[in-house]
Amino acid sequence: MNSNINIDPMIPVPAHIRKIVWETEDTFTLLLEPDNGGSGFHFSPGQFNMLYAFGIGESAISISSDPSKKDNIAHTIHRVGSVTSVLSQLEKGDVIGLRGPFGNGWPVEKAKGKDVCIVTGGIGLAPLRPVLYSIFNNRKEYGKIFLLYGARSPLDLLYRVELEKWGKMKDVTVQVIVDRCDSSWKGHIGVVTKLFSYIKLDTANTIAMICGPEIMMKFTIQELSQRGVPLEQVYISMERNMKCGIGLCGHCQCGPKFVCKDGPVFALPQVSQFLEKKEI
Amino acid sequence: MEKRDLSEILRHHPFVSDLSDHHLHILISCVSNVRFIEGSYIFHEGEEAEKFYLLREGKVALEIHSGEKGAIRVQTIGEGEVLGWSWIVSPYKWHYDACVIDDVRALAFDGKCLRTKCEADHDFGYEMIKRFSQVLEQNLKAARYQVMDVYGR
Repeated sequence: MNSNINIDPMIPVPAHIRKIVWETEDTFTLLLEPDNGGSGFHFSPGQFNMLYAFGIGESAISISSDPSKKDNIAHTIHRVGSVTSVLSQLEKGDVIGLRGPFGNGWPVEKAKGKDVCIVTGGIGLAPLRPVLYSIFNNRKEYGKIFLLYGARSPLDLLYRVELEKWGKMKDVTVQVIVDRCDSSWKGHIGVVTKLFSYIKLDTANTIAMICGPEIMMKFTIQELSQRGVPLEQVYISMERNMKCGIGLCGHCQCGPKFVCKDGPVFALPQVSQFLEKKEI
Repeated sequence: MEKRDLSEILRHHPFVSDLSDHHLHILISCVSNVRFIEGSYIFHEGEEAEKFYLLREGKVALEIHSGEKGAIRVQTIGEGEVLGWSWIVSPYKWHYDACVIDDVRALAFDGKCLRTKCEADHDFGYEMIKRFSQVLEQNLKAARYQVMDVYGR
């Protein structure tokens, strides 16, 4: 953990909502400023915070902002349960509790000098957006960048303006695909793994980062494996029921790993044996 | 277009690039070069599936018409991919409409001609079955994955 806004990781600090951006009908981004100074908040791409809706409960939410910008810490949230429903009803100026950041991060240092292939689906783009910011802030240190992104429908795509902007950057390929749509959509339709047909990977020199529903990650891993990407170069972000954030409560245990403390990002060989087991 | 040129084009298409020269020559005997403009339809549901296509450029959306919901697009086929498998599966009818959403350049293969060649040369027929089984398997996996609605709640 890299907590630097609170000495006790179990005690939330108050954080003001500075801005709310609705990304889709049921997904929104909160920009937060912790009361004890956002400028002192450091995080690695891939880490998460526990956001506390007072009187309701906490939810583990990945940080989705640029790690180099400390003033507003963004969290993109899918409204799916009681905590996220309450968070979705808050307004600018309201206060929530914040603990974190927790967990490890994506291998942005290890990826230097290599091509990076990011494969993501749905809300899974949120924890990978800081990776893209980090790469773009240090562009010369990375090779080609591929972003393959799947969503349920065109209306469910996150960060649409940024996707368009990133797609126009040199040596950056952005491919988007949706499961369903009407005739106004001119992009790809199908599953995210189909997008591998439209890119050429230098498999030996590529670091792959995957985040999305577990079934999507499973298919993506199969595809990367078939294309010859060594599995030790594949990283995934796991989602489990995170509660304490520091590996004490055991709610997020996955085999011998605590997803909140040892993850949420894992090199595939660390967890591949557990992905196939129904009980885990 | 010269058959020699078509052979060169086929050699670069991922679907058939590793075919033997002999089998490639059989394919070439049933091929033509085609173009379709955006907004046109390559085939419609229920029509006889007389061809399959290897896309060299452009994009096609497969549509199902569902009454009051209108056309639902279920899949796109792009450069380097195969459009159509019904030519090899009885009763040889299309199951979807194929709408061109980006101008298409493709190689069209005469299904009836190829079925005759497959019957006459079972090695060639087996090659075709192996390749189209992969297309069907990919489509089946994709369809199951989409049905799961993995990005939903």
